[in-house]
Amino acid sequence: MCEYEGQWREGTTFMRMPLLALLAKEPAHGYELKTQLEQLFGEAYPTPNIGQIYVTLQRLERDGLVRSQDVIQATRPNKRVYELTDAGREAVVSWIDATSEGPRIRDEFFMKLALSELSGTSDRLGLINRQRRHYLMQMRSLADLAVGADRKIPRLLIEGAMLHLQADLDWLQRCQEEFM
Amino acid sequence: MTGAGSSGNDGRLLLRASGLSKTYTGDGVIVPAVRGVDLRLEHGEFVAITGPSASGKSTLLHMLGGLERPTSGEIWLNGERVDKLSQARWAILRRRHIGFVFQFFNLVSNMTVADNVELAALMAGASRKQATTRRAELLGELGLAAKADAAPARLSGGEQQRVALARAMVNRPLLLLADEPTGNLDSAAAMAVLRLLSRVHADGQSILLVTHDLRVASAADRVVSLFDGMIVDDAPMPVKQRPTPLPDVLKLRG
Repeated sequence: MCEYEGQWREGTTFMRMPLLALLAKEPAHGYELKTQLEQLFGEAYPTPNIGQIYVTLQRLERDGLVRSQDVIQATRPNKRVYELTDAGREAVVSWIDATSEGPRIRDEFFMKLALSELSGTSDRLGLINRQRRHYLMQMRSLADLAVGADRKIPRLLIEGAMLHLQADLDWLQRCQEEFM
Repeated sequence: MTGAGSSGNDGRLLLRASGLSKTYTGDGVIVPAVRGVDLRLEHGEFVAITGPSASGKSTLLHMLGGLERPTSGEIWLNGERVDKLSQARWAILRRRHIGFVFQFFNLVSNMTVADNVELAALMAGASRKQATTRRAELLGELGLAAKADAAPARLSGGEQQRVALARAMVNRPLLLLADEPTGNLDSAAAMAVLRLLSRVHADGQSILLVTHDLRVASAADRVVSLFDGMIVDDAPMPVKQRPTPLPDVLKLRG
């Protein structure tokens, strides 16, 4: 349960700025935003569920970054349309202008490798081999996704992930050279 | 020799190496490059060998293609023991049954693209007509028909590697060997070569290649990891991909 809570919180946090950025173009309701995200990033993007989107929008409204109003529809239930406030627009601009986090320094696998050497708890070659197999499987998944990614944004997203994975593998080999 | 396949008669087995070693001696120093490698490759299989530089992967590939003689061990190709063959016999075997692709393409610079491919067919004993037909067919498949009369130097790296692939495939080799085939290509050209390798593999081509490119390796049926001249892992890749959680880099941060 705790883990699920964690995922939920992370899911709603990482979605805040993309949702604001989409609203900077035009007002929209939650389902439209979900569709836009999917269309933009394609299959490579972990599809946000509609619940996460509505929770995020409520929090953005509470923080004064968006405002909403109900639009009455004749044949369907009312829909709530969200639009950016001035503070929201400012937040989008400063988010986009700010530099982003570089390559990660904290790496769980490296922690395991370093600590297993200290504690003598596990077979390091096995650890490295399992991690390499895992990277290979991820690479295979990305290659499968790449086959269907014709549009520029999903294609670049996948290519970037592949290059990151390649760097992870190269580094794994460096670890192997130094530790083994 | 004991055990299954010691005579190399297993019908599905195309290549078998056992106890393969290579030691270089220079300035009185003995450097073991490959140390007791056992490797099997079935007909139609695609195996990738990865490892850090100086792990012995190129030496291993060169021995399997007869470009370097093992210090000890055996190599069986399609039921025939080949590690003791003379250089001349190896040359004939390579011309007819083994396709080679190198990192730096190795095309003949003063011949056209078409002649580069046809020469390989003629040297293996094809008639001029057969060579021309096969060349046209392959260059067409690889999207290079329009470049047939060009000199290799006029082509991009990715195109040159596709010509090298056409040359390697012209005699319908039993085995395609490739040494870092994407090592000298940019990301997009590497992907194009990878797609071609996957396609010829899907058509039944047996492939053994050495690569440090994880994208290339992940397309194989098996990935063999070499370290310090020895195999440290031999990982089968699933035929049908089951979904693997996507890496963090695909999660947007905000």
